[in-house]
Amino acid sequence: MNKNIKLLQGNEACVEGALAAGMEFFAGYPITPSTEIAEISAQKLPAIGGHFIQMEDEIAGMAATLGGSLTGKKSMTATSGPGFSLKQENIGYGCIAEIPCVIVNVQRGGPSTGLPTSPAQSDIMQAKWGTHGDHPVIALYPNSVQEIFTTTVDAFNMAEKYRTPVILLLDEIIGHMREKIDLSIVDSLEIIDRKRPSCTPEEYKAYQADEDLIPPMADFGSGYRYHVTGLMHDETGFPSNNSKVAHQLMHRLMDKIDKNVEDIVKYEEYMLEDAEIAFVAFGATSRAAKEAIDNLRKKGIKIGLFRPITIWPSPQKQLLALSEKVNTIIVAEMNMGQYTYEVERIAAKNCNVEFYGRVDGQPINPDELMKFAEEVLL
Amino acid sequence: MSKKYEIRLTGSGGQGLILAGIILADASLMQGINAIQSQSYGPEARGGASKAEVIISTEEINYPKVQQCDLLLCLTQKSYNEYIATLKNDGILVVDDSIEMTEISSATIYRLPILQTANEELKKPMVANIISLGAITKILNLVKEEMVLKAVLNRVPPGTDLINTTAFNKGVSLIK
Repeated sequence: MNKNIKLLQGNEACVEGALAAGMEFFAGYPITPSTEIAEISAQKLPAIGGHFIQMEDEIAGMAATLGGSLTGKKSMTATSGPGFSLKQENIGYGCIAEIPCVIVNVQRGGPSTGLPTSPAQSDIMQAKWGTHGDHPVIALYPNSVQEIFTTTVDAFNMAEKYRTPVILLLDEIIGHMREKIDLSIVDSLEIIDRKRPSCTPEEYKAYQADEDLIPPMADFGSGYRYHVTGLMHDETGFPSNNSKVAHQLMHRLMDKIDKNVEDIVKYEEYMLEDAEIAFVAFGATSRAAKEAIDNLRKKGIKIGLFRPITIWPSPQKQLLALSEKVNTIIVAEMNMGQYTYEVERIAAKNCNVEFYGRVDGQPINPDELMKFAEEVLL
Repeated sequence: MSKKYEIRLTGSGGQGLILAGIILADASLMQGINAIQSQSYGPEARGGASKAEVIISTEEINYPKVQQCDLLLCLTQKSYNEYIATLKNDGILVVDDSIEMTEISSATIYRLPILQTANEELKKPMVANIISLGAITKILNLVKEEMVLKAVLNRVPPGTDLINTTAFNKGVSLIK
């Protein structure tokens, strides 16, 4: 057997991807169903000279992740719904202070402590709007063990490239299932490191952006002294109440993502060439949708799947094109219609948008999707 | 050959059925057959009914959860009662012979002394999972016995190779 072929759990593949991307620091607080990510990071990081720390709670786990990144170490934390809620204030801090890091949310049933061991996809909107104030968001959502590995690498790369926290969404199903992975891809990965200053420490202005809207980032402790704050700040990093400064910073933060949507948006199209009806689904549900599509195709129904891998920023251009092509889009998600809002916003002027979901802790299965699609077609 | 087997291994928490599922998936990949292993867990995993799921297929596997079982293993009465309804009509049922079978089924049934072999013959209750794996490997006749045994030895703790090899072979020999 090819030695690169392994049976890995989704959460395990996430850690392997993080290590391949250059993770050197993990801080967090264990929570089902993400715990294996912390556990395996704790095993593996010391062996490569990295550091793992279990903090006193979820809030501190997020704070330490930001701190680790400021010292120049690629940093990650992992959680689930309840912890994701607690981390929100510090995620906002990471957005305005432009601190690259990866936050993994292995989604379970909510709200509150909800269904700790059951899958859900109910933090889709929280990934975008969880922290207060307008802020840039990149959220990615893979659907297989292989893709969890590569998407974790993408998450680190985007965090480093755009100096921003990146949210990696998983769900209990893909986080816990074990599946084939081919690790030979490790040799061909592109790894991106944050841009560091080329000027002297005396000349350095921590938040003076280059033409690409990204300020070079110096490692704390390397001789470059600067100030980091959650307040609006000027190029030096010190707080400012000046409305012009606030306007410029807010627009630069949003623009650095908005102007790079083409680079950030990843998606998969399945059987869409001649499709008259399409599922939009992600994570575990997209796998049920694929099986439903294979079965419906056998019955002669022209149906396909659009699967956003980048959830935020949403693939607007692609969804708009889809809405001009098909008669109906069915958004299938393990929640009460969160991404459906986004798809409706983009697509509803051109086609019919339907929602199918469940929130009982059970996965959406192919049979119920087939039945729903057939009912929609009647 | 194109075939998909949905397998559910059920019993009580602590019987090592998740490990058995992982080993079966491992062995399948070694032989170049696709496999996905998943489980549901929660309060019921602590002594109650527990289940591990494996899907083995010569083709790509999309939906990772077992829907209707092609093969169902039940090691306890509770797990039999809970999961027997998920077996396909033409499926294969492997039950421990301590289980009282209440359902009339058109499935192919193997009623085997799995727990007795582990407890009394081998004096190691913990190898019931590996005995089961031997029997299932023989019944399925899909993944090679030597491949599964190799996967067993890759996953069990050091120093237990002999007892696990014996247990696996016992399981194989339970199927005539």
